Amino acid sequence: MALLELDGVDARYGRVQVLHGVSLSVADEEVVAVLGGNGAGKTTTLRAISGLVAQSGEIRFGDQRIGGSAPERVARLGIAHVPEGRGIFGELSVRDNLRLGAYLRRKGFAESYERVRGYFPWLEQRGEQQAGTLSGGEQQMLALARALMARPRLLLLDEPSLGLAPIVVRELFRIVGELNEREGLAVLVVEQNAKLALRSSSRAYVLETGRVAIEGPSGELAENESVRKAYLGY
Amino acid sequence: MTEFAQQVVAGLASGSIYATLALAIVIIYRSTGVVNFAQGELATFTTFIAWTLVEHGVGYWGAFALTVLIAFGGGVALERVVVRPVERGPVLTVVILTIGLFIMLGGLSNWIWKAEVRSFPPNRPFPTSTWDLGGVAISKQDVGILGVTLGLVLLLYLLFQHTKIGLALRAAALNPAASRLVGVRVGWMLALGWGLAAAIGAVAGLFTAAASPPLDPNMMRPILIYAFAAAVLGGLESPVGAIIGGLTVGVLLNLVVTYDSHVHLELDRLRLPIAFLVILTVLLVRPGGLLGRVAVRRV
Amino acid sequence: MSRLAAARGAATALALVVAVAAIFLAPRWVSDIKLAQMGVYFIALLGLNIVTGYTGQISLGHSAFMAIGGYTTAILVVDHGVRDLWTIPLAGLVAGVAGFLVGLPALRLSGLYLALVTFGLAVAMPDLLRWDKLESVAKGGQAIQLFNSPALTGKGFENVDLLGHSVTFTRAVHYLTWAVALVLVVVAWLLLRGAPGRAFRAVRDSEVAATSSGVNIAAYKTLAFAISAAYAGIAGSLLVIAVAFADPQSFPAKLSLTLLVGVVVAGLGSLWGVLAGAAFIQFLPDLAVHVSKAQGVPDTVYGAALILIVLVLPTGVAGGLHRVLAPLATRLYTRS
Repeated sequence: MALLELDGVDARYGRVQVLHGVSLSVADEEVVAVLGGNGAGKTTTLRAISGLVAQSGEIRFGDQRIGGSAPERVARLGIAHVPEGRGIFGELSVRDNLRLGAYLRRKGFAESYERVRGYFPWLEQRGEQQAGTLSGGEQQMLALARALMARPRLLLLDEPSLGLAPIVVRELFRIVGELNEREGLAVLVVEQNAKLALRSSSRAYVLETGRVAIEGPSGELAENESVRKAYLGY
Repeated sequence: MTEFAQQVVAGLASGSIYATLALAIVIIYRSTGVVNFAQGELATFTTFIAWTLVEHGVGYWGAFALTVLIAFGGGVALERVVVRPVERGPVLTVVILTIGLFIMLGGLSNWIWKAEVRSFPPNRPFPTSTWDLGGVAISKQDVGILGVTLGLVLLLYLLFQHTKIGLALRAAALNPAASRLVGVRVGWMLALGWGLAAAIGAVAGLFTAAASPPLDPNMMRPILIYAFAAAVLGGLESPVGAIIGGLTVGVLLNLVVTYDSHVHLELDRLRLPIAFLVILTVLLVRPGGLLGRVAVRRV
Repeated sequence: MSRLAAARGAATALALVVAVAAIFLAPRWVSDIKLAQMGVYFIALLGLNIVTGYTGQISLGHSAFMAIGGYTTAILVVDHGVRDLWTIPLAGLVAGVAGFLVGLPALRLSGLYLALVTFGLAVAMPDLLRWDKLESVAKGGQAIQLFNSPALTGKGFENVDLLGHSVTFTRAVHYLTWAVALVLVVVAWLLLRGAPGRAFRAVRDSEVAATSSGVNIAAYKTLAFAISAAYAGIAGSLLVIAVAFADPQSFPAKLSLTLLVGVVVAGLGSLWGVLAGAAFIQFLPDLAVHVSKAQGVPDTVYGAALILIVLVLPTGVAGGLHRVLAPLATRLYTRS
């Protein structure tokens, strides 16, 4: 049974329908990419999973139905969502941001922090710094660290490379890969940078105007020239 | 000189009450971004509940504690039932809602309890006797009120800065969407903010009834304006600012009387206009107040 | 002419006829004074609608402008013997200037802060009027009696000669108020239909977009304040003429809140609902008395009504009307 499964999911903003019968799945410990151009509905897919947008259709996480659940409940079940724009608390300190990441952990802050610190050692010194004053790349790292504090089973990453220098993006994806290998963290990553996303994932879906246009193993999609030209722009 | 000192002391006394209500206003603003125009009337309403309890034989301190709890519950209920449907929309809609509450609660207080003369038992919550300090009379009640107010600020500071739920409260106000993603139940955090504010408001109401009897349905109307001035002066986001603001406004209004005896401008009649001037000046000159952050709005 | 425009024109003409008829017929069922008071509210709401509904600047201070207008009339009539009718535009002018002066600093204050400041103004005004230092002008809080003043039409109790008919003072006041109201409706309609109206709406919807389109935001926002204050001033003037006295108690802060209720009931940003809003705030206390004669009942109902409307019908009567009429308008529109 897949860890995450979407079955014929529609999603709408007000009267505008953005997703039309999207079906996808993520298996345990898998890294899956969702690709497509602007307005394809990639971000909306993640928001539908997190309960941030009105949707219909089935969404299952493990054996739980989460379609239409409140974001708080989705988080409680073990899904961590790093939204577009990072979703950190700019006015709070780095440490407070991490504390909030561990909000749902009963064991509290210290234990989660130990683990996360290993991946982001520089966070230690910046504890009291106001999160909004970090650089773009650091903020993205912080957002990722905060998501990890909750010890999730599935990580939703929305456009992590947006606005970041290539070297930072590579580092980010390296860490994600490490998390996947060492912790067995499943990842669903939405990306515009198709090349990088395909290299870092095992399977991918390409969305077009709210529908799944193509899906398959990342390696195959990357090598298929017509697919690349038609859907991925390179 | 003793006249001056006396006025300052009296100003600190009335100022602590303004500060307490200002604290309630700041809590709601900090948790929800809304200025609750009904804060004063809510305080009046809960104070009348306390009086009713005492009338039915409950001891003063028992009634005090019970009232604070009822106020807390009432605040939570108000937020969940009345404010929740509109809290996702523009802030101004919620403000208009609080104005509706202001009007309604004021009407209810008058309707249920009517404008009869009534007061709490004497020497409650604190004895009204005074100490003499170098010719200046300092009322034990005033000291008690000031002490409780400072204690409240300390408790709130500890809550906001050093507890998990305090952090969640702050986060919910700063970024509700991101808060939900980490599992914070934003709706309940907002309700908690209202509950805390209502409870603090209840304390302010009880103090007002003690400091200036008798208890009447309109007693908090002017206090609301002074509290607004205090909150704005201190910075709408800062509990400590609310205290500083409240004490400052209290002392300022009292010193105006002293000054007036020299210039004969009959300024003592102008307490409310002076409070208005404070609000206007602060918002024009330094919108963040003494201790708040300045939110820049440029077009 | 398109069908839609023709239909609109016909509807407006019909509305005008109905309005004039209503003005003459209504006194059969409702007292003149109450009708005049409703007219006063109507005018004040017209103005408040412009500043709050159209440019989105929430003002809780319009009772202060009503006070300024009302006291201008009182002082001119009693101290200077100016005929009451001539004081009406003067009251509007003085209040308008005051509105302009308030509108200037208001530019720097956004929604919530503006509400706070204007509320403070409304609260401060009665005390200001009672100030000893203004006693020579404002009589220190005692009522300024216009009753019996020669400059007051009918001196407050005599019958008035109106185009050959003799009508009671109260009836004359009723006609006067609604005649002024009609004129002001036309003025408002012309304003809102033209460039200022478009600019107002642009400001409300998005200040940033408006600025980048070259709209002088500051000028229009201040203009809106001035106009609405002038309206309020005229309303205050008519109120003072109607009751034949002026005192600080006539213009409490609560009046500003009552006006807010009216504007929310009306529906922000439309002229149509304003009539309903004025009727609501004028006649609700009378209806509330049926529930209980106790003090505080009207307020309870006002407050509850405001809350209900915000929750259930946020666009007010105008919005409701719009929802009902919109399909009709669409049909008319698409056919032509």
